[in-house]
Amino acid sequence: MERNMSLEKVKMPELDPKVRATNFEEVALGYTPEMAQEESNRCLECKNKPCVSGCPVQVNIPEFIHEIKEGNFMAAYQKITETNGLPAVCGRVCPQESQCEKYCVRGKKGEPVGIGRLERFAADFAMSQGALGAKNIAPKKGKKVAVIGSGPAGLTCASDLAKKGYDVTVFEAFHTAGGVLKYGIPQFRLPKEIVDLEINVLKEMGVEIKLDMVIGKILTIDELKEMGYEAIFIGSGAGLPSFMNIPGENLNDVYSANEFLTRINLMHAYQYPSYDTPIKPYQSVAVIGGGNVAMDAARCAKRLGAGHVYIVYRRSEAEMPARLEEVHHAKEEGIDFRLLEAPTEILGDEHGNVVGMKDVRMELGEPDASGRRRPVVIEGSEYTLPVDAVIVAIGQSPNPMIKNSTPDLKTQPWGGIITNEETGETSIPGVYAGGDAVTGAATVILAMGAGKTAANSIDGYLSK
Amino acid sequence: MFKILKKETLANGITKMVIDAPLIAKKAQSGQFLVLRTHDKGERFPLTIADFDREAGTVTIIFAQVGRSTQQLGSLPEGGEILDVVGPLGVASHFDPSIKKAAVIGGGLGCAIALPQAKHLKQMGVSVDMIAGFKTKDIIILEKEMTEASDNLIITTDDGTFGIHGFVTDALKKQIEDGVKYDIVVAIGPIPMMKFVSKLTREYGIKTIVSMNPVMIDGTGMCGGCRLTVGGETKFACIDGPDFDGHEVDFDAAMRRLSMYDGMKEREEDCRLIQMADKAEDK
Repeated sequence: MERNMSLEKVKMPELDPKVRATNFEEVALGYTPEMAQEESNRCLECKNKPCVSGCPVQVNIPEFIHEIKEGNFMAAYQKITETNGLPAVCGRVCPQESQCEKYCVRGKKGEPVGIGRLERFAADFAMSQGALGAKNIAPKKGKKVAVIGSGPAGLTCASDLAKKGYDVTVFEAFHTAGGVLKYGIPQFRLPKEIVDLEINVLKEMGVEIKLDMVIGKILTIDELKEMGYEAIFIGSGAGLPSFMNIPGENLNDVYSANEFLTRINLMHAYQYPSYDTPIKPYQSVAVIGGGNVAMDAARCAKRLGAGHVYIVYRRSEAEMPARLEEVHHAKEEGIDFRLLEAPTEILGDEHGNVVGMKDVRMELGEPDASGRRRPVVIEGSEYTLPVDAVIVAIGQSPNPMIKNSTPDLKTQPWGGIITNEETGETSIPGVYAGGDAVTGAATVILAMGAGKTAANSIDGYLSK
Repeated sequence: MFKILKKETLANGITKMVIDAPLIAKKAQSGQFLVLRTHDKGERFPLTIADFDREAGTVTIIFAQVGRSTQQLGSLPEGGEILDVVGPLGVASHFDPSIKKAAVIGGGLGCAIALPQAKHLKQMGVSVDMIAGFKTKDIIILEKEMTEASDNLIITTDDGTFGIHGFVTDALKKQIEDGVKYDIVVAIGPIPMMKFVSKLTREYGIKTIVSMNPVMIDGTGMCGGCRLTVGGETKFACIDGPDFDGHEVDFDAAMRRLSMYDGMKEREEDCRLIQMADKAEDK
């Protein structure tokens, strides 16, 4: 096929914003084989592959795209799974604009190659053909490794170790595996069936997943060692929600984004009463924060029928940590962005139900320690936003349960596990950690990169 | 899956189950709880560990069949299986070793949760008075067990059909005024009962521990659904509790949050969530 010199990516079909804002179906529909081949012909197959350097798990990008060009879609999938255990997930939720696609040569003039869309296409194609499991699993080594947490870091670490021939057991606190892929990211962005298919790939490879196991409570790190696990990877994430400590925060109808999203995504509260977990219907909802979690919560609230959904963010749009695509989707669905505003108080009625939220307007001052311009309150700008629910999405920190039951494990004052960045090793020999448990809330793909690094280090440690 | 080894009806609507869960039994301590889920579309809900046997590898729960999930749990037969049992969760109760005399107070079903606390204190060598309050004679549970676990069991009924006519607070007040010196009071039951016990003991300056029972989802500290105001600060009952100092807890706020989902059933007719759920079911 001819090289495609269009400055724009091949458009991906999406559900109409008016329709999709009333259901939980996946918004982005994915490429057809024709679209995928057309887009793959935009790739120049550069010799120095700058795109690969932007990928935390170093997917062989030009190689897999080449296979798509040739129409060898299964071969493309196999190429990706050499380094990436969750391609259908990554193709959907990675912030490609700040990773692989950021370095794409085609992006210098026009849009970069749609690498994420092509990765997604290859993974979805392979799954539709029933192809499961990475090839090339090394002979069994007869050594046991325990992985704590089945989120992106744990799953990637487990996948890589299984490929290297280790007997891997994953311990998950919830009743289902997947971590944030299950409880955090909504169905309309990442269908749960896709996550389950990718987890089935791991099971096919021999990884055992033990559910309902809260490590730190039912078993400690020391007990795992006594049970014969020669190395341990902690990928327990950053699940402890932060609150703002403003008046009214413990009123009814005030949620952490974690609670709101867990009820909806993990417990299917949007299908109440077919499912038993309830969520109350609201008319007007304020979501505090500007990250992906805030976008997800706002878009869920809209889908539950709220007429007005506000994103209240104290900086401007340029500073928003959320993915561009998600901000764009949220706007299309009618989410009202209240930028440079911050809540000071949540107001309740005599029953303790939310009736409004006091906001102040802000302006940007001098850059702060993070390099971002610090928001400063504009005097006398206070007004009341009429809402009947508030969702707090201002960040999470690592859950203290493992730290509290493991005195030797060194952690940061804010709870992050201290590791050697190069290897993922913690203060305890043979115990490794990675993902949000180390960095605080970050991205899926960074967690996967950390899981991969730790798997390599564990292999080195156990091969000594 | 967790096997139900034994099932027994203690009173009308109140069920006791002994569950096969060796790993949980090995770690369980009094004051801790479990999170359960009975079927694929079920919700996660907390129940306190009423007893455990490390050697037999079992934990015991006692619950009232009050709502959808507890009814589903209650409908499971002996020999049947519970889909998910997570635990032991929460902080175990911790009592000062210098305690000599304690009053352990249970309100209704709360007696099942107060019982292991009484046993625990007895094992520490503490002299334990148990005060158990019930609405009426027919729903009295665990009388024999409470008699064994305490030096003195006082039963009250709201309607006077058994024991002392009145509330647990009346019995506690009488004990104190008769000159019994308590180093600690442990109160477990409905929020109003814990609130009024705490109010009474504050007047006498007796340290009081209550076991809170807010709405929970994960039970591992990741959502804050169970948050309470204690001493002016926000606490998560699932990881900071469920035991708290009764003189510090904002009971009115806790009561309010507990009633948040009341009336969901009435809303089912016109609720958009339900329509969406029906649509999803049709597919």
